Amino acid sequence: MNIITCIKQVPASSNVQVDPKTGVLIRDGNNVKMNPFDLFGLEASFMLKSKREGSVVHAITMGPPSASAALKEALHMGADHATLISDRRFAGADVLATSYTLSQLIKHINHYDVIVCGKQTTDGDTAQVGPEIAEFLGIPHIPYVKEIIDVKDKSLVLRSAYDDHEEIVEIIMPCLITIEKDMNTPRLPSYLRKRMFKQEIIKMISLKDLEDQNPDHYGLSGSPTQVEEIFPPKKRMDTEKVTGNKTDLAKKIFDILKESRYV
Amino acid sequence: MSYIKVNNDKVTPDIAKQLIDLCPFNAFEYTDMYLSINASCKICKMCVKKGPSGVCELVETVRPCVDKALYKGIAVYVEQRNNIAHHVSWELIGKAKELAQKTKEPIFAIIIGSDVKHMVDEALSYGVDKVFAYQDETFKDFDVEVYSRVVEHFFKTYQNNVILFGSTPQGRSFAPRIAARLKTGLTADCTMLDIKPEGDLVQIRPAFGGNIMAKINTPNHRPQLATIRYKMFNLPEKETPHGTVSYESSVVIDKTKRTKLLQATDKPQVKDISEAEVIIACGRAFKKEKDLELIQPLVQKLNAEVACTRPLIENGWFDAKHQIGLSGRTVKPKLIINLGISGAVQYIEGMKEAELIISVNQDEHNKLFDISHYSIVGDIYEVLPELNKLIDQVWKVNP
Repeated sequence: MNIITCIKQVPASSNVQVDPKTGVLIRDGNNVKMNPFDLFGLEASFMLKSKREGSVVHAITMGPPSASAALKEALHMGADHATLISDRRFAGADVLATSYTLSQLIKHINHYDVIVCGKQTTDGDTAQVGPEIAEFLGIPHIPYVKEIIDVKDKSLVLRSAYDDHEEIVEIIMPCLITIEKDMNTPRLPSYLRKRMFKQEIIKMISLKDLEDQNPDHYGLSGSPTQVEEIFPPKKRMDTEKVTGNKTDLAKKIFDILKESRYV
Repeated sequence: MSYIKVNNDKVTPDIAKQLIDLCPFNAFEYTDMYLSINASCKICKMCVKKGPSGVCELVETVRPCVDKALYKGIAVYVEQRNNIAHHVSWELIGKAKELAQKTKEPIFAIIIGSDVKHMVDEALSYGVDKVFAYQDETFKDFDVEVYSRVVEHFFKTYQNNVILFGSTPQGRSFAPRIAARLKTGLTADCTMLDIKPEGDLVQIRPAFGGNIMAKINTPNHRPQLATIRYKMFNLPEKETPHGTVSYESSVVIDKTKRTKLLQATDKPQVKDISEAEVIIACGRAFKKEKDLELIQPLVQKLNAEVACTRPLIENGWFDAKHQIGLSGRTVKPKLIINLGISGAVQYIEGMKEAELIISVNQDEHNKLFDISHYSIVGDIYEVLPELNKLIDQVWKVNP
């Protein structure tokens, strides 16, 4: 079974702000990490691999060359192969252009039975890329998988979690699944594998390797949505700030609750 | 293609440093006195707008334009399970009515199911101008591929302007498939919507994983797609129906399924924080799980539901159902008391509609204070025990 698992490198801190006066983004450090949701996706890929002899897990990501650090981590955890897709012409990609680029990379890799994605990322929080990749590849998908019940010859049986109910679904391969957080306990990178892949240079694919090489289908040009403006969240004008010693503060809360008839 | 061009003849080491510091995404690289932009660039245009003048410029190719006048109508996809509509659909109809007043467009509802009559009536009672109903036995259970073909059929037949979806688990899996199928834009989890006179939807949501809001447009593609969370907008008043119904033929729609629903089980009904009238929300200032006992007197006296921020879920102190925020629940209680929460924008967007917001935090510059009615500057470990004493006294008099 050929398993492709999509990962993303995200900012380690969510403490990005807009300077209210200048409108400039202020970032808090340059640290990055692997999207935490993708760790569950990787582990699910390894679970699938263990169910059938001769299976291979291939980790992929899109980003700048430095994003290969996330792919190295995937190799250290247990992925067999890793590919980065990177090109300046992918800059400014929204969900549609990102999904299209990844689907082109997957077509380039060509052999796949299951594509695994994390439920969402911590920086975009949209959870849209997985289903859009499935549509571009013309394959079915199941979101929020929390259990792999059975791996059959040509299909998977999965348990999927929704707000108020759960479903057990059979899906024909090739297919795409997105993995619910806490579906498993992701393994740690192994020291042995770290040594094994020490010299490994991550394979990099760019626009010229893809089937569709029209630059207008990628990056900002291939993105229907545009960010018109960014701004800091609205402030309240009528906030009453209360300071004082602990007794005053507690008394104030108590008075507010009393005034609004809660106590 | 569009990209940011660097005019290197104007670049000095000082200017390079200035731009490197300015870029929020570390996209500039300065080697051998040559400044270039790498694939990290998100084309936020910060360097164009705020950088030294004339150094960076946005080069855009002219795109083919859609004739916006040809696309009319704001449609709401009515999500159903077992032929019962999800309430978020009606909230979206309420919002669609507001938007349509500005553009004088009709409001549509798209209903797909095996027994749709009562959902059609319900949609009409909320003031929809026209209901498009797709009824077939194969539409009984939601199947993402089959349902996508239905919505594609709807759009190709009626060429409308906007389609709104609830940002429910189903909507978040369904809307992206339609976006990719129709090669158009989709904005997830909008917290505000507006519309321009020519019909461009103004979609507002938190962005870049930080304390930033972004105003997003889909200026050149139709339909414009957006998902909106449950409880973000009010349920509209019912009115005397004036709309019409069109039962659409689904003969031409391919109903092949590649997934099979083997079993569906309802989860046991638990009290949900999104329905709560009073919420006590706890944040990272709580150092130990045991310290949560401090809130008990307040919880009991106010008959409140307890909620929390994402870190406390990650600590394993609460079930994920108690999380407020864009990756948790949206709440709209009459009263919320935030204890030791610094207020990431994702959290704030999940609770800012509360009628009365009281926040307690040591840090007087925390973001949550900006949207609170009362900002109490103090340590929860000092304020809560004092408050509990006061509650205790009243309790004795008036249990």
